Amino acid sequence: MENVKKCCANQQTSKTLLKAKEELRDIKGKEGALIPALHKIQSVYGYLPEEALMLVSEELDIPITQIYGVASFYSFFSLEPKGQHIISVCLGTACYVKGAQNILERLSSELGIEEGSTTEDGKFTLQATRCIGACGLAPVIMIDEKVYGKLSSHDIPKILREYK
Amino acid sequence: MKSAIELNEIRNTFKDEVCQYTNGSIARILVGVATCGIAAGAESVISEFQEQLNQLGLSDIAITQTGCIGVCDLEPIVDVIMPGEDKVTYVRMTPEKVKKVVSNHIKNGHIVEEYTIKHILDNLNTKGLANINSTKLEEVNFFKKQKRIALKNCGIINPESIDEYIALNGYKALEKAIIEMTSKEVVDLLKESGLRGRGGGGFTTGLKWEFTAKAENDKKYVVCNADEGDPGAFMDRSILEGDPQSILEAMTIAGYAVGANKGFIYIRAEYPMAVKRLEKAISQAKEYELLGKNILGTNFSFDIELRLGAGAFVCGEETALIRSIEGERGMSVQKPPFPANSGLWGKPTLINNVETFANITQMILKGSEWFRSIGTEKSPGTKVFALGGKITNTGLVEIPMGTTLREVIYEIGGGIPHNKEFKAVQTGGPSGGCIPFTHIDSPIDYDTLTAIGSMMGSGGMIVMDEDNCMVDVAKFFLEFVSHESCGKCSPCRIGTKRLLEILTKITEGKGTIEDIDNLERLSHDIKATALCGLGQTAPNPVLSTLKYFRHEYEAHVNEHRCVAGVCKAFKSYTIKPVRCVGCGVCARVCPVHAITGVVKKPYSIDQEKCIKCGACMDQCRFEAIENTFKKERE
Repeated sequence: MENVKKCCANQQTSKTLLKAKEELRDIKGKEGALIPALHKIQSVYGYLPEEALMLVSEELDIPITQIYGVASFYSFFSLEPKGQHIISVCLGTACYVKGAQNILERLSSELGIEEGSTTEDGKFTLQATRCIGACGLAPVIMIDEKVYGKLSSHDIPKILREYK
Repeated sequence: MKSAIELNEIRNTFKDEVCQYTNGSIARILVGVATCGIAAGAESVISEFQEQLNQLGLSDIAITQTGCIGVCDLEPIVDVIMPGEDKVTYVRMTPEKVKKVVSNHIKNGHIVEEYTIKHILDNLNTKGLANINSTKLEEVNFFKKQKRIALKNCGIINPESIDEYIALNGYKALEKAIIEMTSKEVVDLLKESGLRGRGGGGFTTGLKWEFTAKAENDKKYVVCNADEGDPGAFMDRSILEGDPQSILEAMTIAGYAVGANKGFIYIRAEYPMAVKRLEKAISQAKEYELLGKNILGTNFSFDIELRLGAGAFVCGEETALIRSIEGERGMSVQKPPFPANSGLWGKPTLINNVETFANITQMILKGSEWFRSIGTEKSPGTKVFALGGKITNTGLVEIPMGTTLREVIYEIGGGIPHNKEFKAVQTGGPSGGCIPFTHIDSPIDYDTLTAIGSMMGSGGMIVMDEDNCMVDVAKFFLEFVSHESCGKCSPCRIGTKRLLEILTKITEGKGTIEDIDNLERLSHDIKATALCGLGQTAPNPVLSTLKYFRHEYEAHVNEHRCVAGVCKAFKSYTIKPVRCVGCGVCARVCPVHAITGVVKKPYSIDQEKCIKCGACMDQCRFEAIENTFKKERE
């Protein structure tokens, strides 16, 4: 039984790796291909796992050290796996002056995690984000790609319930 | 499509469909679907329209998505245009309201007055927006002082249809430029117009074009900087979501003028919808051969590729942006050489911001004199601002340069809500400063804003009221820039960190008078020695608040109080027993269960447990909870 499971898990990984390889095919040979390649990998895996970065290194012929340098420079890229739902709290100026800090604190206490971390059950990642450009609705948060606007901290429990 | 004649045919075919000011021959429903519209529920409004129209067998009425018209607060916004009638604008729509609009207005011809913009605004009695006798959005005060050049098509056309763009004279400027004008004439026109870069710096755009045109090389590039990173700014997002073709057309004209055949748009990954619309726009333009080889049958070829940023603010700085497109860490490099001579892969590169490009097509069609007739002598044209913060009408406004801050904030923006007092307006994002009420009558142009210690920036305009602490605001910006510093030069990497530490110390009640002096000195040192624009302007939020609000810094240090009641070290929340009716709402909203009591008797707050979030005060309907420092101020 255990063997079967393992085998499936391996198949799963190689399938994803294959998909990643396919995604890289269009990019190969482009000028400045590294960042588009990392975007592709992150869209396949949800983050940048080592095995995929090794693949990028091979396919694009770029040293892995350089890839690490680029991947760690940009905040959009993550070297750690993320939760099932990503909660981004906008800390742009318009949101900040309208109390975004309170929203972030409330989320942090409701989920029992600090900003930048993931809940133990892997359900939510809580992060502060740069302005998402919905300043007219400040303060806003974004869960995955859905934007919630004109919030006050007591709206938070209700919103979280939608995802539980 | 190969020729200008074919372009004209499309123009004539689609003209009727987009003509919403004259009485069109086709019924049409326009729904604003930009990021903010969707957040307010525009998608469910659209699906309800579809369902209702299908039920009535009226599915031939087109439901068209459009970009953002700029009044975020009234989203979702729907325009209903029936044949032979004036356009009617309904605001704050919901699926429920849609049912009534379809059955009363679309089916039976009776406008649903209570949902129209006029009715809703009259009832809100919102300053600045009210006093209208029209059901049309354009006649609201919010729009009267505006002049729309860059936002010309936003909220008017379907951004995903190149045909509609062409119908409203789209690609006419390209036709004129590459068929009737020489490259030099295009560059000269731009120079004569006096257009300055709308990304913030205000460098004369025509000169940038001329330098790139004169640089000799077999390969050149045009780059559109759509890495709109300033917190509180969303002009570029709206333009890209509402009118993406105008940017492609302008970049192509730029390519022709400077002698480049390849363009890149560098856009933030945080703008998924703008990315989607641009991708679609590029593929449509390619299909129509308005991008590609031998455009409009000439010898000129041009192609555009999209590149996504990855969350680094510094990449809005042109040399860092270039490194990022090349696939490197986005770190600035010393100028000169300027990108016009040595940019992408060492080739001459023209970099302009989205809004700068958004001005080009109109200028080619109407000429430099027309452009110079708008705005001021040294800052001709218009500027788009994202109005936000403590202001009644949040949204996007495009005004002629020279309009005063007062006009924008009080006449267009409708002033400060909840009878609060204006404290400052912040322009220029993290590179800008806070402008106090004493300068409220200053005209908005590049030079005036710089002279009063702020800057134009990319167009964020955040209003702050008496409840905002200026030391805390400075700290907010320094947190931002110290985090976003690329780390290459020490004045920026270390200097901004030290500024942040001192500001934190002051807001925590541990500051001294020497700290204030050190802040000032260090700020000037960073300004003088940092490598790129990010570092050179990073101390501006500190310097401008020190200049106009020094007393707030001193109050933190000398009197241990934060006049705005923001800094937690100085505040405590208490319940006034005489006012408390014992409803228990505060206890229920308290996230740390610090409030206890018995129903119908005054509650109390455990100061040890209280995290000073203020949730109780926001929720209390009896004004029974007070923030102690506010009391002292009053």
